[in-house]
Parts: sequence; structure tokens; C-alpha cells
Amino acid sequence: MPPAAGTPDDAVRPDTGDRGSLVDDLIHSFFALTIQGIALGAVYALIALGYTLVYGVLRLINFAHSEVFMYGTFATAWIFVLIGPGKDTHLGNVVGVLIVAFVASMIMSGLIALVVERIAYRRLIRNRAPSLIMLISAIGASITLSELMGQRAAISDWFGLRDNLSDYVSHPRDTYGMGGTTVNPTQLFKIGDYRITDIDIVVIVAAILMMVGLDFFVRKTKFGRGMRAVAQDPESAALMGVNSQRIVQLTFLLGGIMAGAAACLYMLRIGVTKPNVGFILGLKAFTAAVMGGIGNLRGALLGGLILGVAENYGSALVGTQWKDAVAFVLLILILLVRPSGILGEVLGKARA
Amino acid sequence: MSRITKSGRWFAAVAVAAALSLTACGSSDDTAGDDSTGGGCHPATLGFMAALTGDSAALGQDALNGVNTAVGQFNDANPDCKVTIKTFDSQGDPDQATKLASQIVGDTSIIGLIGPAFSGESLATGPAFNEAGLPSISQSATNVTITQQGWTYWHRVIANDGAQAPAAAKYITGDGGATKVFVVDDGSDYGKGLADGVRDALGSADVGDDTITTGQTDFSATVQKIMSSGADGVYYGGYYQECGLLLKQLRQAGYKGVFGSGDGSHNAAVITAAGANAAEGAFFTDAGAPPTDDFTALFEKYNNGEEPGSYSAEAYDATKVFLDGIAAGVTTREAMQDFITDYDEQGVTKEIKFDDTGEVATQTIYVYKVENGSFTTGQPIE
Repeated sequence: MPPAAGTPDDAVRPDTGDRGSLVDDLIHSFFALTIQGIALGAVYALIALGYTLVYGVLRLINFAHSEVFMYGTFATAWIFVLIGPGKDTHLGNVVGVLIVAFVASMIMSGLIALVVERIAYRRLIRNRAPSLIMLISAIGASITLSELMGQRAAISDWFGLRDNLSDYVSHPRDTYGMGGTTVNPTQLFKIGDYRITDIDIVVIVAAILMMVGLDFFVRKTKFGRGMRAVAQDPESAALMGVNSQRIVQLTFLLGGIMAGAAACLYMLRIGVTKPNVGFILGLKAFTAAVMGGIGNLRGALLGGLILGVAENYGSALVGTQWKDAVAFVLLILILLVRPSGILGEVLGKARA
Repeated sequence: MSRITKSGRWFAAVAVAAALSLTACGSSDDTAGDDSTGGGCHPATLGFMAALTGDSAALGQDALNGVNTAVGQFNDANPDCKVTIKTFDSQGDPDQATKLASQIVGDTSIIGLIGPAFSGESLATGPAFNEAGLPSISQSATNVTITQQGWTYWHRVIANDGAQAPAAAKYITGDGGATKVFVVDDGSDYGKGLADGVRDALGSADVGDDTITTGQTDFSATVQKIMSSGADGVYYGGYYQECGLLLKQLRQAGYKGVFGSGDGSHNAAVITAAGANAAEGAFFTDAGAPPTDDFTALFEKYNNGEEPGSYSAEAYDATKVFLDGIAAGVTTREAMQDFITDYDEQGVTKEIKFDDTGEVATQTIYVYKVENGSFTTGQPIE
């Protein structure tokens, strides 16, 4: 309901037309929307790497990857419940806890990714099962992992630990926070009207460092060369002495570590998680991977950032309820013009 | 092949046995039904439908504890005609609720339903229950349009959003001291209904609107719109998961004004999600009455010392209507409907008496504020 013309509100908000004020919002908050879009997109991109790595090497979509991320968010939450200050604080006071949480999330997600590989994929890959079978196997693993987290109270009950672990397992399906710890952002400097905060910077810088590290690893190390070899031609790679099972394991592990990093950064910004948190984020990350060109590491970064920013612009321009629709319309438009994604190059063809 | 035939036979045998036993149950119900309100009390079954798992499970569980309190008290007092509760977990999802509705309607042992808990599932299941003549009393569905559908069997023991929205608008601009209010909703039947009511009541004090979608966790675009609107009041129509995160992200962006939401967000989890500091001073309008000391004591007795939560007392009142009917000898759905229509008793939350549309006669709205990390006792908005 825009205020009627001539009311005192007009002085404060001269543009009261609905459409006008939406465009107005975009212009006035351009920097805020961009920075926050990049911070959101960086998380998408880190998760997207897991999809793109596995696709690049195995030509299949690991639908259990969203749960790999979800377990990472819980690792961060549990570390904060265990050793966090339990009150409102600033980033400077929790650097130590955050580093522990960051490492714990990467370990947790890496382990879960290895478990997924071991249980849902290895035998199927060895027996050359059709990719449709592996897809269902991955979806099964995804639901099982999500339910295990949703039933963690019951599971700890089986071992008689429910009372001891109640801080960690009670109300298992509900929103789970960081044990009362809230990390509030501190303003570092301003661009336009927007206050750039330490959390924005940490999320963006950490995400980009992780991605640069991964890119370096895949391009310059012996393991990376092995990955690219298996991606290009698994049989020739095997003849040349590459242990493809180890390479597949490594691929899942790397994807998991990236998802763990994403999970910790997500928790730093949002602060709560739940057993189905991976669903929407996983879908968005998968979109980002396809948008950038699935199988292409730099494509995942680009896709993630574009998606995050586009969602925010779209929300400002056509209304927040269209946020998800904007993301997918954009995906379709990009795929119409470039069917293989923006960068469209697969991992195997990447030059060292 | 032969194995299939064998198991097929086995199946058929079980099916026949099941059919026979069902017929048997059906006929015994019918004979009881002939004498529908004849004096004494008969054992009976009531249904309860709410989200018991999933995102909104906390609300469903609090209500179920209220139902169990009433039934526990009743069964202790009437050991000869115990009442059984059959729970149906809708997960708060209208689609899920529709499937459950046909199950509930088909189960002839159920003579009354407590619920559905939410507006969306009430609107989705209302036609089925009304057609089947199953009386229902909801403890927490507050959307205005539900009682405008012309359903005779649907009732609620709580004031509707039509009462809540003007009270919320009055509070945020009155005691809240806001002059420019930004109203956000989650697009759900409940959230949008409440928010639209607040928008109408605010008139020119409403300086901006936005709609988010449930399941989102990053509200930076909405926060940005609020900040650039210069609003000094924000009201959110929706449920607690999104509400907590929206409030937190608003405070982190430097928002200093008053923040309020409705009964769907009035849950301790909103403070968990927002953090105690960000939640401080936030207010929640709720048609749910604060529990009295007597009720709290009774509730704790039947729930292992747990305290009443959202709509626990309303769920108790709704259950009590059915239990009073059962005590008066009601054994059929139709007799229960007649009993509810004539009902007029003091419940723990208010006087329970329904008008023709199923609306409860007393329409009081309470406001709860967050102080030092927990909710204050609700005060009626005059």
C-alpha cells in the first residue's frame, strides 16, 4: 500500500509508485546487493565445486553432495556449542574457535564424501553400472544422510547417550544454532551507503583462496594430473599406471573439503542450520555448476558468483518472492545461448 | 512362478481376514450409534492433526502435549470410558494433510478432530471433513477466510487474524512508537493474510512491503529494502524459522527500530535463530492466552514437568469440548456436532462458545515481548 499522495511520507520517499520504488531500491542499494550477492555466491561456488569435480571425473551428478555440505554446517555448529563463547561477540574474539570449526567442517564433510563414495558409488563404478543406477544410489544416500541427522536424538538414545549429548541432539529436526554464540559483523569501510563488514570480507576472501588452492592442486600437482587423466580417458590412464579408484576417492574428498569450507562460511553468515539445509543450497550450487559449465572448476566459481548477485538484483527488481525463479530463468537463458554453460569446458580438456 | 502364487494366496487370506474384522468393527459402531447421547460415557477416539515432524514440529508437539493433558486428566477421572487419541502428522504441509484427511474420514472410530493446526491445511482439508460431517476444533488456525467457506463442522478456539492484524498495527504504532512501518510476509495463507490485514490497518503508516519465500535463509535483499525505506518499524507475517533469521540479519545491518511478528513466530526457536541480543525488545502478537498457574501445574503433571508452549492451553480447551461431549454420552460425529453447537463453558483461555461459522465468541489478542532472552507474560492489547 503506497501512501496516498500529499501525506508527509512523500517528503521522505518521493518515489511512491510501486514499480518506481523497486528500481529505486536497486540503484540505492546497488553496492549492498552486489557485495552480499558475492558473499552468497561464494558459498554456492564452493559447493558447486563438489558437483563439478565429480562430474568432471565420473560423468555423473553426486546428488548426495548437498548432505556433505549439511554435515559440515553441523560440525561448525557443534564446535561453537562445545567451545564457543555462547554470547553475542565479534569476529576478533572467536578467530581461534572459527579456525577449529573451519578445519572440523572440512574434515567432517571430507569424511562424509568418502563414505558416500565408498557406500553409494564404489561397487557400482567397479561393475560399470549405468549412470541412472548411480543417480538413484546417490539420491538414496542423500535421503539416508539427511534422515540420520534428523533422527540424531533417537540414534544417541540407542547408545544411551541422549542425556549426555542433549545440547547436540535434542530437537533434531528444528533449527539448530551455535549454542547462543552470535558473531556480529563489524564495519570496516563504506562503499556508497553500504557498510562492508569483516564477515563479508572473510567469507569472500576465504572462498576465493580455497578455490585458487584447488585450481592450483588440479593443474600443478601429480594427483591433479591423475585426475585430469582419468577425466579424459579412464582406460588409458589406468594403462599408464594411474590408480583410478584412488583418484575417484581423492575427487570426492576434495569436493567434500570445499563443501566443508562452504559450510563453515555459511554458518558464519547465517548462524543456524537444520537437517534439510542442503536441499535448496545444493540445488542452487548445482545450478551454479551447470551455469558456469559443469566439469569446469573456474566455471563453478563464475556460475556461483553470477547466481548469487543475480538473485539479489532480481529480488530488488521484481520482488523477493521471485528470488528463486530469477535464478532458474537465468539458468535457462544462459543454457539457450550457451548449452554447455558459460565457460563450457570440461575438466579433462583443461590445459595444465 | 510358484512362489508368487503362494504369496499371492497368503495375501488374499490376510485381505479377507482384514475385511471381515473391519465389517465387524463397523457393525458394532452402528449399534452404539443408535443410542447417540444416551446418558453414560462410552470409550471413544479423537483425532489430532498437526505437524509433528518437519520444520514446524515444535508447534505441533506443544499442542499435542496440551491434548494429552486434557485426555490424561479425563482418563484418570473416568477409568471406565477411556478416550484414545490418534495422531496424524501433517508436517504442516497441505498436500500431506489432504491425504491424511481421507484416512481420518474413513476411520469411523474417530468422532472429533483436534486441529488442523495451520491455516493452509485447514483450507485444504475443510471440504473433506465438512462433507463427511466430522466436527473439528482447531487450536491455532487463524486465517480469516476459513470461517467464510460455509463449513458447518469447522470450529476454532482462537481469535482470527482479522482480530490480530488491527491489534498488531495498533501496538506497533502505539506502544511500539513506530511511524513508518515496513511489512514483510512469507506468501503463505497465514503469513500473507496476517500481513495484508496489518497493511490495511496501518494505512499510510505502511511505507513498504516485501514477500519472501519459506526455506530461504539469506534475506539481504529484503533487509536492504527495509534499510533504504527508512522504516522505524517492521512487522513480519510468517513462521519462526524465517522470522528469527530476518530479525538477526536486520539487526546486523544496523536496524534500530521496533520489530514485531505474529503468533506463527511466537516460539522460543525464534530467539535461538535470532540470538538473544538481536531478539531483545521484539514483540509478538498472539491470540494465544498466557497460561495460568493452575494450568501450568496441571500441564507439568501430565508432561513430565515440561512447561506449556504455544497453543498448549488452546489445544487443551479444544480437547475439553470433545471430552465434555463424550462424558455426556456422545458417540457419533453428528451428536458431537450438535453438542459443540450448544456448548458454552469457561475454558482455561477464554469462554468457549461458537457462533454459526465456528468462530469463538471471545476475540482477545495478547502481546509478548522478548526480555533478557525469553518471552514476557502476555498482556492483552486493549
